[in-house]
Amino acid sequence: MEKELLFITVIGEDKKGIVARISNFLYEKDINIEDINQRIMGDGYFVMTMLVDIKNAAIPMETITRGVEQIGKDLALRVQLQHENIFKMMHRV
Amino acid sequence: MTITVEEVYETASMILYQNLDIRTTTLGINLKDCIDSDFNAFKNKVYDKVFSNAVKLVEQARILEMKYGIPIANKRVSITPVSLIMETHCTAIKFIEMAQTLDRAAADAGIDFIGGFGAMVQKGLTKSDKMLIDVLPDVLSQTDRVCSFLNVGSNVAGLNLDAVNLLGGMLKETAEKSKNAIGCAKFVVFVNAPEDNPFMAGAFHGVGEGDITLNIGISGPGVVKSVVAENRECDLTRLSEVIKRTVFKITRAGELVGRELAAALNISFGIVDISLASTTAAGDSVANVIEAFGIEKIGAHGSTLAVALLMDAVKKGGAMASGNVGGLSGTFIPVSEDEGMIDAVQKGALGLDKLEALTAVCSVGLDMFAIPGDVPAETINAIIADELAIGIINNKTTAVRVIPVPGQKAGGSVIFGGLLGTAPVMAVNPFSSKDFLKRGGRLPAPVTSMRN
Repeated sequence: MEKELLFITVIGEDKKGIVARISNFLYEKDINIEDINQRIMGDGYFVMTMLVDIKNAAIPMETITRGVEQIGKDLALRVQLQHENIFKMMHRV
Repeated sequence: MTITVEEVYETASMILYQNLDIRTTTLGINLKDCIDSDFNAFKNKVYDKVFSNAVKLVEQARILEMKYGIPIANKRVSITPVSLIMETHCTAIKFIEMAQTLDRAAADAGIDFIGGFGAMVQKGLTKSDKMLIDVLPDVLSQTDRVCSFLNVGSNVAGLNLDAVNLLGGMLKETAEKSKNAIGCAKFVVFVNAPEDNPFMAGAFHGVGEGDITLNIGISGPGVVKSVVAENRECDLTRLSEVIKRTVFKITRAGELVGRELAAALNISFGIVDISLASTTAAGDSVANVIEAFGIEKIGAHGSTLAVALLMDAVKKGGAMASGNVGGLSGTFIPVSEDEGMIDAVQKGALGLDKLEALTAVCSVGLDMFAIPGDVPAETINAIIADELAIGIINNKTTAVRVIPVPGQKAGGSVIFGGLLGTAPVMAVNPFSSKDFLKRGGRLPAPVTSMRN
């Protein structure tokens, strides 16, 4: 079955529990994590990206977005959820 | 194909910190099939067609905003030029009722502007075209969402000066009738108006278009400014290159959203308009891009070269990114909607003469600028005619959106609020060209139009 892949992007200050909080939320909602990367950017920001497959998610995308945004608020981080197509379009010719 | 953390971060930063958005999604709707000899039936058909389609646009745009995490700032509708569909209902009262119907359909559907209450008069005016101009002061002052345009010239038709000569008086009357003269902000006069432009106030659904089409306007002065600021020392060739790459990326985002939105609405996808469009938000300013090039204030000598470079790079990046680039695809430099432009006028760096010069290389024209309310109607006509002559001779679209503010003198300012911003009142050359303009007639089409 074809996957439906989204990127979750977390931007802010590095702190304990970021991966745990988000991955726990995703596990509860039947969302599979395909890949995780993190980096400290040149401008000093901590950036983590998670590639997730929501094909079998127990909740619709809107609810997933609200869920991860809430985690972002709790941890004082910017969290964004975006379908992978936008990155393919913008960064690949 | 793996997307790197850096690439994800670049896109996220554009949206989170540099005001990247889809500036407008504009549904072009043909209203010719609504025409009916029974005027009430006609109005009902217009309301139903506009409302039903606009509601779907608003809903699907919301879904896509969520999917891609990119804001879709405005949802709008453009329609068949109204003078065309009103030819057999040519009375002032019916024109006003039609405007109110459109205003109500837009409000009920939750869209902010509906464009197309206008006419194509590059060669001459029909009775309906003349009636439309006559009722504009009432329409623009009594409705909130209806936007109007006139196309008064083209490369192949020349410039209809008789039509231009009607506008100064019409604009002054509109200004008198509306609070802060705001009615004038909803009227644009063009030459070479594109039939698929998604940006207000000049959007309309041309007669060569299909039944319903989706057009997209992307934006991102903040994104371009950011990349220019990171390249402070490079030469012009390199500067052009980095702007091209950035515009390529943002245009691709627009193309993606446009295609998906059109597919979700089950209609054809029209064009992506790659114009850089500023907003009143801090950092979302085209003037700031020019200043990041190394120009102290936009309007300083060197600004025309800078705008020329910016415009050309934007077009090249956009053309590579999408096969559907259309609309205006220039760079807007509206005075009241761009904090850098406002500041440049207030500090004396930018006047009307230099603004006109800038429009020769880049933009769509003299946009959203205020002038004193006592400027004679003939002088307003002359300002319009000068700007439009630039378009006709240079094979490009030019336009004017001028706001004569009653009671205001040069150096004052007028606050429109919201998207329309704050306009410093600009000084106008006090000498008259009344005797030249009253000759009327039509500027013949330029020799460059003879290509056959």
